[in-house]
Amino acid sequence: MNAWLPVLTLLTSLVPALVIFRIPEDRRTPRAVVNLAGAGAKLALVALMLAGVARGEVYETRLVLMPELYLLLRVDALCLLFLTLSAFLWLLTTVYAMGYFGHAPNQSRFFGFFSLCVAATTGVALSGTLITFFIFYEFLTLSTWPLVTHKGDEKSISAGRTYLAYTLGGSALLLVGMVWLEGLTGPIEFAVRDQLLEVEPATLTAIFALLVAGLGVKAALVPLHGWLPAAMVAPAPVSALLHAVAVVKAGAFGIIRVVYDVYGFDLVQALGVGLPLMAVASVTILYGSMRALFQIDLKKRLAYSTVSQVSYIVLGAALAGPAATVGGLVHLVHQGVMKITMFFCAGALAERMGITRVDQLDGAGRAMPLTMGAFSVAALGMIGVPPLAGFVSKWQLGLGALQAGETWVIFVLAGSSVLNAAYFLPLVYRAWFLPPAAEAEPGREAVAMLVWPAVVTAAAVLLMGLFAGFALSPLSWAELIVARVYGG
Amino acid sequence: MAEPGLLVALPLAACLAAVFLGRRGALLVWVTGPLMLVLTWQLARAIPVVEPLGGWAPPLGIALRADGFAAAFLVMTALVAAVVGAYAATYFAADPRPRRAAAFWPLFYAVWTAVNLILLGRDLFNLYVGLELLTLAGVAMVALDGRAATLAAALRYLLFALFGSVTFLIGAALLYGRYATLDMELLAVALAPDTATVAAAALISVGLLAKAAIFPFHAWLPPAHAGAPAPASALLSALVVKASVLILFRLWFDVLPPLAGALLNALMGGLGAMAVLYGSVQAIRQDRLKPIVAYSTVAQLGYLLLAFPLAGAALGAQPWSAGAWTGAVFHALSHGLAKAAMFLAAGTIMLAAGTDRLDRLGGVAKAVPVASFAFVIAAVSLMGLPPSGGFLAKYLLLTYAFAAQQAGWAAVMVVGGLLAAVYLARPVNALMRAAPAEGARFARVPAVLQLAPLLLALAAMLLGILSFEPYRLIQVNNPAAAHEGLQ
Repeated sequence: MNAWLPVLTLLTSLVPALVIFRIPEDRRTPRAVVNLAGAGAKLALVALMLAGVARGEVYETRLVLMPELYLLLRVDALCLLFLTLSAFLWLLTTVYAMGYFGHAPNQSRFFGFFSLCVAATTGVALSGTLITFFIFYEFLTLSTWPLVTHKGDEKSISAGRTYLAYTLGGSALLLVGMVWLEGLTGPIEFAVRDQLLEVEPATLTAIFALLVAGLGVKAALVPLHGWLPAAMVAPAPVSALLHAVAVVKAGAFGIIRVVYDVYGFDLVQALGVGLPLMAVASVTILYGSMRALFQIDLKKRLAYSTVSQVSYIVLGAALAGPAATVGGLVHLVHQGVMKITMFFCAGALAERMGITRVDQLDGAGRAMPLTMGAFSVAALGMIGVPPLAGFVSKWQLGLGALQAGETWVIFVLAGSSVLNAAYFLPLVYRAWFLPPAAEAEPGREAVAMLVWPAVVTAAAVLLMGLFAGFALSPLSWAELIVARVYGG
Repeated sequence: MAEPGLLVALPLAACLAAVFLGRRGALLVWVTGPLMLVLTWQLARAIPVVEPLGGWAPPLGIALRADGFAAAFLVMTALVAAVVGAYAATYFAADPRPRRAAAFWPLFYAVWTAVNLILLGRDLFNLYVGLELLTLAGVAMVALDGRAATLAAALRYLLFALFGSVTFLIGAALLYGRYATLDMELLAVALAPDTATVAAAALISVGLLAKAAIFPFHAWLPPAHAGAPAPASALLSALVVKASVLILFRLWFDVLPPLAGALLNALMGGLGAMAVLYGSVQAIRQDRLKPIVAYSTVAQLGYLLLAFPLAGAALGAQPWSAGAWTGAVFHALSHGLAKAAMFLAAGTIMLAAGTDRLDRLGGVAKAVPVASFAFVIAAVSLMGLPPSGGFLAKYLLLTYAFAAQQAGWAAVMVVGGLLAAVYLARPVNALMRAAPAEGARFARVPAVLQLAPLLLALAAMLLGILSFEPYRLIQVNNPAAAHEGLQ
């Protein structure tokens, strides 16, 4: 049974994807049933494995490609952190997407690739060897591309081209890093320690740079972030997927795997590659916030905010101390939940009131109180207002910076928080305190399927902050991961 | 039942029967396809197999020998030919020119016979016969359409191929004069690195390179492969040119390792690298679907030659002893499947849209969704992206390049992969464009024409996932030089 759980988890998205491709366009109910059954089954499996892994169990499945080269699906605590997030958000995004697309055409294609994307993300989370990770990581690139170009107009095709150019460039770097490393050591398994002992430090440093640069494209590290703002032409559920569930997360998760499991804390410190990575992450955090400040387009502002926020995760990994690691890991979850709330809301605003620009938000709170309420909670969370989820992340990261003796990081965090406030608070202010523009028609809430997913995630933002000390909170789970990595 | 002779005799008999059956020759494939698949499968499970024809062992008689290398390609050939045959039966059924359909089937079986003979033969004259049969059938297939442009392409193909035949034959004659045998195993034992042998090896190699359209002998391939009818293009690109490269592999890795050295490796690797880069750049410059796919063949064949400098590199650093050679074999297998899939998909798309100009393909994905999907999956394998046989091949070749500290060859492969992404993204983008071009009307096509390419594309993908058995198969009786390299 234990060997089947990882495969079943993968199949809960893969099988729906293949089934949905075959469902005729106008059969909405069967498509919804298949989608939701897959998402529900995945959540159930994840819950089962969470309980098991908390007890100390490990689930593994392997498929041998060649002697000593195998695909390994392995469920450990770190994997489950990402898996739980993506499973939970997949369910909500599916509901949201059903409401968003209504009777629009090409839905079987959309939901098929959407599920395929989630299957790839699940694979990324489950990967237990470097080559398995690479395979699912690329599978993710390919399955996301039809979603970015979903509308099929020139603008979407062009955004898709940008997306492919960046991500395939990144995968070439990642590939070179991987084959160079494995050419010297043989295939790498994440759970096996001390595999790199015989390789020269200079080579290891070069390979580290290649791997991180390759992964940094998806994690949107500056200057490799250009695709993310361009991809905002995609429909709102796709943005949610790119920014919160799958793509940028896969990049950040990959960097965590490289730092913790391929190289390991000690080697990262011995090579001295932590500091440059910290610097890149810090620059990205500040640059992303800076650019967000000047965006008039709502989704573009959110996109640059993602550029900035995802690097908190990278920063946590680069600081490589216990508290910072907890901060980075917990932010993987927190950022996902907060950012998806905002994209859900942005989509609802655009659908219901045609709002795409920041200056159109005036008075939106009165028209759509639930939507804007959720948006405001997420925005305050991003800024780091206690007791919301974002505060927990920033607190842990700050603590980690002090622990690692890198005091300057505190200033990066503080500066970024000020910038976060500067680009999010005006939105909240406009929505609640300014009167609606004269010519704007009085709106009301969008359909329930667009509103409630955002309300649920906003509630989660609040709960994850309030009950951070609770045993099943993301924070406690991150602490469990770190405790196991440190062997304490 | 695992008799190699049957694998040559059966398609040959079908070829003769097809001559008399005319258009009804299409029906034969429903028997030959499954039968050949079963027979090759049984052979793959029985290898190594040796069959002295008529009971006479070499040097008196000739023998057919099946090792892992041969068996893997026999299975791949049977799969490609069976699916292409099923596709062609439908494709030509609606053809307004009955003579074209009637002419296709004998040629189809001639190609199948010749490829199997080349895979099983270990006698240079035998191989020469196979090559000639292959060339003549191939040239005739290119000329099937009968348009002036395709006739010119066929003629050019014929000139290059005849040049190749002549040099191959002179080389073989030199070897016969020197060693009094053309059996490869006997030659390998007797081989001495003298002038006559070196000259013969060079002549034969040049002949094979010309027939395989390896840079700088590639000029004939794009117009010929792009101009032939879709099922013919699929056979030509997937099997016909590859057969010559496979002989080249046999020759150097089985017979001539004592003659090999750094110069040969650099030369072959260099030609391969040029093919990869030149073919890819030319593919980017095309604006019709089939020429892109044809130039892609020029590029993809180049990867195979990189096995010459990389084989035997990094002894002991990797868990696989013949990794680079295995990588090249995987590459050839997955390219055969993916390229056949791609040409068939392109043929279906052309039937639906009435053209293969990229700017006229908007909306075609809606008209033939399955064929478009097959095109994309085949593209994934050709780009060397996972999960696919193409990826696994590249992974092996690349790890060996780095293990041997020959990063230059690795750079060629990585750049080649990126260029492939560029030249394949253009047609894929064209298919994905939702808005049809002005005045575009799409014809309905039978389901078989969509499913056949999908089947082959999925096979190329599965080769990268269920790779353990293929890996074990091609290791059976592989040549020593595959492990030790051509140093």
